[in-house]
Amino acid sequence: MANPIINVENLAASYRKNTVLHDVDFKVNAGSLTAIVGPNGAGKSTLIKTMLDLHPALAGSVKFFGLPFTKAKKRIGYVPQRGSVDWEFPTDALDVVTMGLYGQIGWLKRPSAIHKKKAYEALEKMGMEEYASRQISQLSGGQQQRVFLARALVQNADLYFMDEPLAGVDAATERAIMTILQELKSIGKTVMVVHHDLQTVTDYFDHVLFLNRTIVEHGETGEIFTNKNIARTYGGSIRQMGDEHRHVVHTFE
Amino acid sequence: MWSILLNSNTGWVLLSTMTLGVAAGIVGCLTYWKRQNLMSDALSHATLPGVVISFLFIGEKNSILLLLGAAISALIGALLIQWITTSSRISEDSSMGMILSVFYGLGVMLLSIANKSAGGNQSGLNSFIYGQAASMVMSDVITMFLLALLVIFIMVIGFKEWKIYIFDPQFAKGIGLSLKGMNVFYTAVLVTTIVIGIQAVGVILMAAMMITPAVSARYWTHSFKIMVLLAAAFGGISGAVGTLISAIGSGLPTGAFIVLVASGLFFISLIFGKEKGILIHYLQFKMQQRVHLESTETLETEGGR
Amino acid sequence: MTYAAWIILTASLVGVSCGLMGVFLILRKQAMMSDAISHSVLLGIVIAYIITSEVSGFYMLVGGVFAGLLTAFLVQGLGSLNVQQDASMGIVFTTLFAVGVILISTSLGNAHLDIQHALMGEITFIPFHAISLPFIGEVPEATALLAIVLVIVLFFITIFYKEWKITTFDPALAASLGLPVLVLHYLFMSLISVTTIASFDAVGAIMVVAMLITPAASAYLWTERLTIMLLLSSVFGVLAAIAGYYIAVWIDTSISGSMAFATGIIFLISFIFSPSHGILAKYMRKVKTA
Repeated sequence: MANPIINVENLAASYRKNTVLHDVDFKVNAGSLTAIVGPNGAGKSTLIKTMLDLHPALAGSVKFFGLPFTKAKKRIGYVPQRGSVDWEFPTDALDVVTMGLYGQIGWLKRPSAIHKKKAYEALEKMGMEEYASRQISQLSGGQQQRVFLARALVQNADLYFMDEPLAGVDAATERAIMTILQELKSIGKTVMVVHHDLQTVTDYFDHVLFLNRTIVEHGETGEIFTNKNIARTYGGSIRQMGDEHRHVVHTFE
Repeated sequence: MWSILLNSNTGWVLLSTMTLGVAAGIVGCLTYWKRQNLMSDALSHATLPGVVISFLFIGEKNSILLLLGAAISALIGALLIQWITTSSRISEDSSMGMILSVFYGLGVMLLSIANKSAGGNQSGLNSFIYGQAASMVMSDVITMFLLALLVIFIMVIGFKEWKIYIFDPQFAKGIGLSLKGMNVFYTAVLVTTIVIGIQAVGVILMAAMMITPAVSARYWTHSFKIMVLLAAAFGGISGAVGTLISAIGSGLPTGAFIVLVASGLFFISLIFGKEKGILIHYLQFKMQQRVHLESTETLETEGGR
Repeated sequence: MTYAAWIILTASLVGVSCGLMGVFLILRKQAMMSDAISHSVLLGIVIAYIITSEVSGFYMLVGGVFAGLLTAFLVQGLGSLNVQQDASMGIVFTTLFAVGVILISTSLGNAHLDIQHALMGEITFIPFHAISLPFIGEVPEATALLAIVLVIVLFFITIFYKEWKITTFDPALAASLGLPVLVLHYLFMSLISVTTIASFDAVGAIMVVAMLITPAASAYLWTERLTIMLLLSSVFGVLAAIAGYYIAVWIDTSISGSMAFATGIIFLISFIFSPSHGILAKYMRKVKTA
């Protein structure tokens, strides 16, 4: 087995009195495209945040490329949920994408023509080149998501974490995003995506990680994406599973 | 020195600042859950033009009319904040900051005119603006006391309506509560509390009367009812103790001491609060860690067997 | 230079510094932080006075920056303990202000420090406190101080322009790229404090708040570009200074009050007539589509 590039051991996290995650153990190999699925409150976002040091861990260790997060930071790209920024900010799409390069540009320097070109190319990849100089407040939700993806692309990371990139986007954007994710995978990048739509898991992802407070199952989609595992993860709250609709009944927190 | 405390005027002042503290504490719980904590600050600053205008018109310090002027001016401020926030991209905190400073600027302009035209009379106006509970005359004290009681009364009789209005406005609408009506009521109660409060603690420190007790109370409970009761208690204690301290010396600022007592109570709540206090959080985190370690240890030993 | 020219120049310097800083302040959703800092600065000034027993621009600046940073630090600290941000501002600045008021009333007696003066400001007397500078000659102390502060503000905005932009728009991304978000936050708050104190003596606490928030908010209604927003905001600041001065002369009233009021008028005009975000344009669009 190849060297895993993510190695999570015994990870646990809590909010107040409640343990949200416990005994999380998994390894991810380079070049895989993994969907993290689980019911609301299963700790999907918390898992990502804890791995990226944005939420304190109770116990356990996380290694990227055999290194702790702070040393591997530069090789990791994080795409937060779209709602996490204010899209009324006075700037255009190209500029937002260029922000992904600020780490490389360094202090006291302005983004140069080369940086702008890189950013433009990333927008092109996402089919957004027409909108390069469009104000971000005038973009649709799907377009905003594509700008976010383009921004992650210019970071040129080896490992990407994405929190619900397909939530509330149009069909064209969903296709564009999935094409890019496949492409990233084909050039050996590793992508982990918090995903909410069980219907598309088999089409889009080669690995799946069932999460409900702890790992229920983790492995190749073809092998473990079974009704049994879905039921184990979602408990009784799933009404399944005629061939037309897989419908998840979310429980309210 | 202690005779001051027995002085009947001081007694009345004490009673009224305490009642004010209770009222402000309760109303503060509403603004806390509506996430409009600094609204009280913006509106108390926005009272200034109204106060000065009514002073300019009547030419003397008549407490009721000044209060009325203050209330109208604060209401206009509240409406403008809401209008700007809902009909433009300007966020609520920016609108509050603008109304606060622009209204205050207008007030300062008018005040400077009032000072020129009315001569020595304005000293009374200053204590109205910067708050000096100890210098309040009997009629002010009684007005303040009665209005504070009225606010408390309104809050108590409508308690369950307020609760639904704060937590789930859509549901409230569903069961036939008029949101518009409740909004009007909320603003009216807020403005009344601010207007009577600025006399005692001043424009700037009024915000503390509303914010601090409510936030402190939050540290002790998850129940809205208990939070309201606690905020009322914290507010009342701050009002009474602050007034007592300032009555001991001469020329000590009442408002500042009331605020300091409230801040002290906040500090205690922050650390020792039963539900959200730092100490309890820390202990819970440690406990979780220990429980977790123990469970993995037992697992490991079992596995080893 | 004439008396009026000095006053307008001084107030314009306030307008430009505040206009520039204000843009980032409102985009960072921390408009009310200016209110908090401008009030707690009083404590810094009082403490500086108690320690040095002189009313000097420099010590006041140091004391004020200290108080401003203390406010930012406490608000941030309470925030990390899950206190709502606006609530922690309210608690922190009222507490620091109350301590300042008590110190004034107990240990300073009838000192120079007058709360009312500090809050309302009196730009009227600025031209009378002149200092002599090489090459330039007699310059009012407050004007010189404000000129230096403007240079500092311009310097930091220019060299860290892209860092301010990214930490304002998406602090999480900035952090994941390895930028010291918290350090930049405190640097920003220090700049706000410096701007506030320097403007404070000239125009008073409340006027600073008006100059920080209102021109920036007005500019936000006219443009979608950050650079233009910065430019417009400082132009609005200067306009308010000039208009405020002449309003004050015209009806014979407080100059700083009038300037704060003038920022309000500029906002009102923007709010109604801005072609992209004004309510008139929005109304017209609605009529057209209906």
